[in-house]
Amino acid sequence: MSSSELSVLRRPNDRLGRRRAINIFMELVAWLAAALAVFFLGIVVWSVARKGFSQLSLDLFTKSQPIGQFGTGSEKLGLANAFVGTLVIVGIATAIALPFGILIAIYVNEFAGKRIKNAVTLTLDVLAGVPAIVVGFFVYGLIVVGRGQSGYAAGFALSVLMLPLVSRATIEVLALVPDSLREAALGVGAPRWRTTLGIVLPQTIGGVLTGATLAVARIAGETAPVLLVCSLVGQGINWNPSQALMTVPLAIFELSDQADAPEQALAWAGALVLILFILFTSLLARWLATRSRRKIAQAGR
Amino acid sequence: MSEIREESVSASSTIEHAVRVETKRQPLPPRERLEQVFDIQDLTAIYGSKPALKNVSMAVYENLVTAIIGPSGCGKSTFIRCFNRMNDLVPSFRQTGTIRYHGQDISGKDVDPVAVRRTIGMVFQRPNPFPKSIYDNVAWGLRVLGMKDNLSDRVERALTQAALWDEVRDRLKSSALGLSGGQQQRLCIARAIAVEPDVVLMDEPASALDPIATQKIEQLLHELKSEYSFVIVTHNMQQAARVADMTAFFSISRGPEGERWGELVEYDETEKIFTAPSDKRTEDYVTGRFG
Repeated sequence: MSSSELSVLRRPNDRLGRRRAINIFMELVAWLAAALAVFFLGIVVWSVARKGFSQLSLDLFTKSQPIGQFGTGSEKLGLANAFVGTLVIVGIATAIALPFGILIAIYVNEFAGKRIKNAVTLTLDVLAGVPAIVVGFFVYGLIVVGRGQSGYAAGFALSVLMLPLVSRATIEVLALVPDSLREAALGVGAPRWRTTLGIVLPQTIGGVLTGATLAVARIAGETAPVLLVCSLVGQGINWNPSQALMTVPLAIFELSDQADAPEQALAWAGALVLILFILFTSLLARWLATRSRRKIAQAGR
Repeated sequence: MSEIREESVSASSTIEHAVRVETKRQPLPPRERLEQVFDIQDLTAIYGSKPALKNVSMAVYENLVTAIIGPSGCGKSTFIRCFNRMNDLVPSFRQTGTIRYHGQDISGKDVDPVAVRRTIGMVFQRPNPFPKSIYDNVAWGLRVLGMKDNLSDRVERALTQAALWDEVRDRLKSSALGLSGGQQQRLCIARAIAVEPDVVLMDEPASALDPIATQKIEQLLHELKSEYSFVIVTHNMQQAARVADMTAFFSISRGPEGERWGELVEYDETEKIFTAPSDKRTEDYVTGRFG
């Protein structure tokens, strides 16, 4: 292209220069804002990794140390009891929240009228916004008073936090399933429940798993309810949820309060594992989400 | 060069052949001698406050292909979706009048739409196979309806009737989504006839397909109408002329305040609708002066 052809585009225009300047400025601001977010995440990850990395070893996952009772210092430190406790409690929470969350979503998207649908959706949004400490306090009053702390109570508290996340995610993927599929199933004479279970729901498995995975990542690091309903823990590894169980957030909370450097380092190691876990589950969720979206898009062509 | 000419010659002779076949149709017996499948009286269908159809009365006869033609927005799809209660899925939908299926009113509140859809199957405008294997697409409905004896035989028979068996017999376990559009639509037809319905409704079944796939589906209608009654919505007049024994022409009426609704203008034997229509609007439409 010759320069004479371009000259029409270079007509002298004072406003053009100004618009370009504003454009560059705005792009810069947006870029800085994005960089700031990455910067802070970087600082958090880097400082946690720097302080906790030295403690990352097999012992971290196989041994457990009673807090505040370090002996000679020859023993290796570990958080096995906290990992086991978190695993059990998150498992309980998922076992409660996943089926209920899916059922709520199925009712809202496939059966409810518009008004009920709006009401339930709003309720779920409010529930998602309830502070964790309030949920913890609620479960404390409901279950812990008179019965004592337990892993069940913590699992239940976390399931309340998890429920709206799973439900909303499931509602969203159900809404993506094209109506043509429902019509196809109803058209051969299938009742609605068979249509929902046999045709619609299988389309959403990927999306539901995505929601559940994100919810697990979110509640695994939840501290407030655990402090209230499941914090008077015994020593060593314990798989029994009828007793209070150590959890990773609780261990971080308590260890960081200790005077000895090794214990503080252990807290950092716990934090590092938690961050890595959340990173891993988020990536897993993204992968699942991409896969299921592709699948639904294919079915709805 | 000569090859190409030969091909085009043979193609045009196929078309002539097809036209000759459809013009040499057998005369229908008198209406009184035909068994009525549907008897529609004074049907009015309303979405929210907008009427989509007003005061339609007609009969659909057994073992015939009945075509519904008319311009876009004349309520053709709404009309046949009343036959299997598909409009129930639209919350704002209401209808008045009666649709009798072999004498029984199917539009009543006490009639289970699931039972209606078991005997009155449907094929939709866009092929909508389940995201399952080819086999399971046909077998799913059979399993749901408890027709599990000789499942494989039933699947094979349905696929054969839908003229798809030879193309898919070696890959029954592969996904139905891998089939071409025309194959998918024939799979949908197989899925619909596998559960042995009495009537098959087709809502513009070939509008998303190429001419060859369309021809295959029209061929199917000819072959299957001895076993089923077909009601087919189409905006393609040639298609109606080719496949239908009876044709109903719907048109759009406008009220004084600009409101629009669909109504039945003329319903008669296809030959008569296309050669000697009694209504001016039908004539304008079939001769292409309108729509």
